[in-house]
Amino acid sequence: MTWFERIFLRRRLNDELDEELRGHIEEKTEQLMRLENLPRAQARQAALRAFGNPALVETRSREVWQWPTLESLLADLRLAFRRLGKSPGFAVTVLLTLAIGIGANTAVFSVVNTVLLKPLPYPDSGRLVSLRLNAPGAAGLANFQKDLPLSASMYFAFSENNRTFESLGIWIAQKANVTGLARPEQVNTAFLSDGVLQTLAVPPLIGRELTAADQAPNGPKNVMLSYGYWQRRFGGDRSVIGRTLIIDSQPRTIVSVMPRGFRVVDHDFDLLVPFAFVRNTQPLAGFGFQGIGRLKPGITIPQANADIARLIPVWMDSFSNGHGFDSHWYRRWRITPDFHSLKQEVVGNVGSVLWVVMGTIGIVLLIACVNVANLLLVRAEARQLELSIRSALGAGRSRIARELLFESTLLGFLGGALGIGVAAAALRLLVSIGPANLPRLAEISLDPGSLLFTLGLSLLSGLLFGSLPAWKYSRSRATISLGATRTMSASRELHRSRNLLVIAQAAMAVVLLVCAVLMLRTFQQLRRVDPGFTDASSLQTLHIAIPDTAVPDQRMVTRVEHDIADQLATVPGVTSVGFAALAPMEEGGYGWSLIYAEGKTYAGDAPIRYYNYISPGYFQTLGTRMVAGRDFTWKEIYGNEPKVIVSENLAREEWGSARAAIGKRIQQGPGLLLYQVIGVTQDLRQNGVDQRAPAIVYWPILPVGLYMFPPRAVTFAVRSGRAGTQAFLRDVQQAVWQVDADLPVASPHTMQEIESKSLARTSFTLVMLGIAAAMALALGIIGIYGVISYAVSQRTREIGIRLALGAQQRELRWMFVRSALILTGVGIVAGLGAAVVVAHLMRTLLFGVSPLDPLSFAAVPLILAATAALASFLPACRAATVNPVDALRAE
Amino acid sequence: MGNNEKPSRDLFPGALEMMILESLRRQAAHGYALVQHIQQRSNNLLQVEEGSLYPALQRLLKAKLVRAQWTVSQSTNRRVRIYEITKTGLRHLEHQISSFDRMLEGVQMVLGPAKRTANS
Repeated sequence: MTWFERIFLRRRLNDELDEELRGHIEEKTEQLMRLENLPRAQARQAALRAFGNPALVETRSREVWQWPTLESLLADLRLAFRRLGKSPGFAVTVLLTLAIGIGANTAVFSVVNTVLLKPLPYPDSGRLVSLRLNAPGAAGLANFQKDLPLSASMYFAFSENNRTFESLGIWIAQKANVTGLARPEQVNTAFLSDGVLQTLAVPPLIGRELTAADQAPNGPKNVMLSYGYWQRRFGGDRSVIGRTLIIDSQPRTIVSVMPRGFRVVDHDFDLLVPFAFVRNTQPLAGFGFQGIGRLKPGITIPQANADIARLIPVWMDSFSNGHGFDSHWYRRWRITPDFHSLKQEVVGNVGSVLWVVMGTIGIVLLIACVNVANLLLVRAEARQLELSIRSALGAGRSRIARELLFESTLLGFLGGALGIGVAAAALRLLVSIGPANLPRLAEISLDPGSLLFTLGLSLLSGLLFGSLPAWKYSRSRATISLGATRTMSASRELHRSRNLLVIAQAAMAVVLLVCAVLMLRTFQQLRRVDPGFTDASSLQTLHIAIPDTAVPDQRMVTRVEHDIADQLATVPGVTSVGFAALAPMEEGGYGWSLIYAEGKTYAGDAPIRYYNYISPGYFQTLGTRMVAGRDFTWKEIYGNEPKVIVSENLAREEWGSARAAIGKRIQQGPGLLLYQVIGVTQDLRQNGVDQRAPAIVYWPILPVGLYMFPPRAVTFAVRSGRAGTQAFLRDVQQAVWQVDADLPVASPHTMQEIESKSLARTSFTLVMLGIAAAMALALGIIGIYGVISYAVSQRTREIGIRLALGAQQRELRWMFVRSALILTGVGIVAGLGAAVVVAHLMRTLLFGVSPLDPLSFAAVPLILAATAALASFLPACRAATVNPVDALRAE
Repeated sequence: MGNNEKPSRDLFPGALEMMILESLRRQAAHGYALVQHIQQRSNNLLQVEEGSLYPALQRLLKAKLVRAQWTVSQSTNRRVRIYEITKTGLRHLEHQISSFDRMLEGVQMVLGPAKRTANS
């Protein structure tokens, strides 16, 4: 018989065996009747006696053909399924608890796995580094001290002379106007030097790679498309190669299309445009580019740091900022390479958030397991009689433990299977919400790694919550006697372990609640921060860039922008309009410059300050207060009067107070034009709500100084109750087209959207922790309720006696509520200790709140105690209504 | 569980199988006839539960030492399963018997003198 027949012809085998055995007994019976003259019944008795137990014989015979261990497991499986089917309430409760617990863990693990653990989607990505420089000597501008972008001349110096890189390059993400297609539009563009694509090493889907020849200043102008843009604008047409696209008024030939999912570091883009630097005229300055490189095999980051550190003097020797400029001036900045792996750069500070979330979700699963263990203990107690009978009939200790464990593991796996569904839904939700600062969001999916994790987690949790009842029951067998189901000794011991479970649950709930409340307080603090603008939801921002083909004259650009502002002001519902080179909290490089206050002497150089170009009415539109002085007027702007507005923190730093700043003068360097301060504004949280407001100089939108040009790309701020609506945006676009029909309106966002983007990390953490804490609290309530109501049912007799002896209902209720409060209290004390540690770990996520925030640490125990009181009150009431006669009748 | 249980409390492992094979070597038979044959040949000294024959038969079937066929018995007019020994079964039996003889010889040599001393 082959294994195939063994499995599928089993029924025939059994039938034959059955027939054979019956035949044997029949034959024997008939023979006895014939030879010894016995009546049939007696003969049959004798035949059976001689034969032995037919059922056992049959089983043993069948077993010859079976895999006994597997088959008894299958029998256990069937039994477990049947038992679950018989108590659907229990099954549904447990499976839902587990599905949510395991599902949430799978979802978070998928995120952690994709974002933190998986390598970046480039070949051999371990060798990719982000070329970050520090300039600890750059006074005034904290950003450069920690993170100085590269200049084009640095790129040439480094790429030509390094010994440690296979390739390196610089790039920058910007917007570019595309015209000549159906409608003008502004698209995300990565401008990049030779070396960037070689570093990322992803070949194009169609067409050829960009090479060094493509960045020759006088060479042909080319462009690469992203997969998404190719699909969107050209419908995936392969003949697109060789066609011309007009990008920022420059015709460029499409040479290739990148594959789907290709990103430059962590940026989605529509176009890849090669730089065309004229190498020999590059100044030292122009620090505005991101650098990436691919290390040679076997080279470490410290080796690369040392290599490039050696090239900083070479860079200063080879380039110049122009005549009369000491090219070794940058020595005082003490520029040092501080390279990071590219992955670290991409992942950024989101790692801590994800680990906190993973940890808390893990705790939720632990609590869920504790609850399930509790339920299983109750069930096992109900099956005590059955288990006693089975062990009396000779079932081994391990056999019973195995069966109990088997049931719990089955529950674990079923829960895990449902959990995958939960996780898939959760991930879809997460991706659709798309927390702005969660890197690699597009890569997140349920992959084999996550499924393996789910499998492991299901098994582990099944064993975890199953081991307690299994251990208890296989061990306490000796103490359970048949027919004495009311004996208290065994159940008291079990009760103790259930109490321990409740304490653990309360402790874990405390930890989660403290974390959630701390995040809530952080969020509150952030909402309380004055960002420097008002009523963000009625503030519309939009980008407009004016190409030099449309308006060749630099100084005319401001006129056109002014016209657009005037047109926007006529849109129904608009109360005020202003514009600036950069809006608050907007991504993109800020201009910066040395700023000297007249009459002040500095040790070394004056501090470096950010600057922005603004139009009259810009502050009024944002709702930014003038602390002293006044706004620009169009008259003085067109009159080229050297006037300037500064932020309050800058005024305080230079002159002591906002009022003192008015009338003072500043300049960008000795001997350069002096600007008079006419106004001081409230500080703006330029880099996000949770970042300190930087000191800012506001030049007029049409600046007067040397090397200063009116910005061609500006952000308009429009104050209107209709902000954010589609109809309003249509009106806005119409208004812009009144001025120039070729100008696209890009990135329309309300200030509210921009602000919540800067709060995204906090709100993401808050939501995740909030969900985790809510689940922990709910599970805690169920746990306490379960334990107390079980205690009530176990002590009905005792309650009856107490009532008969004259106990008050109120006292009885209090007796049970008190026991719940004691358990919770012990749990709270343990939990607070753990919470101190956890809160300390998550302090980088907090803002304006101490990790030991007394309010959070006081509120959580109160919440939990109140919940415990409530959860125990209901079963306690039931205890108080016990009728002593009923309770004692059973005796 | 496990299929390594002894066929009977009174026999050593493999003894029942050996007796079955020996009976079948003489004549093919069905289960009941086999039992009768073994009991008669041992002068009813071997008191095995009749049922214990069947798991042993299944083991032999699985090891392909015997084969079985359903026929109708001429004496009782009942459908019975007739077992007969295979070539492998014969070889196995000879091997078993010779090793059994050797073992018995050894046991007797150990027990023999001691028994005599005890009796004298």
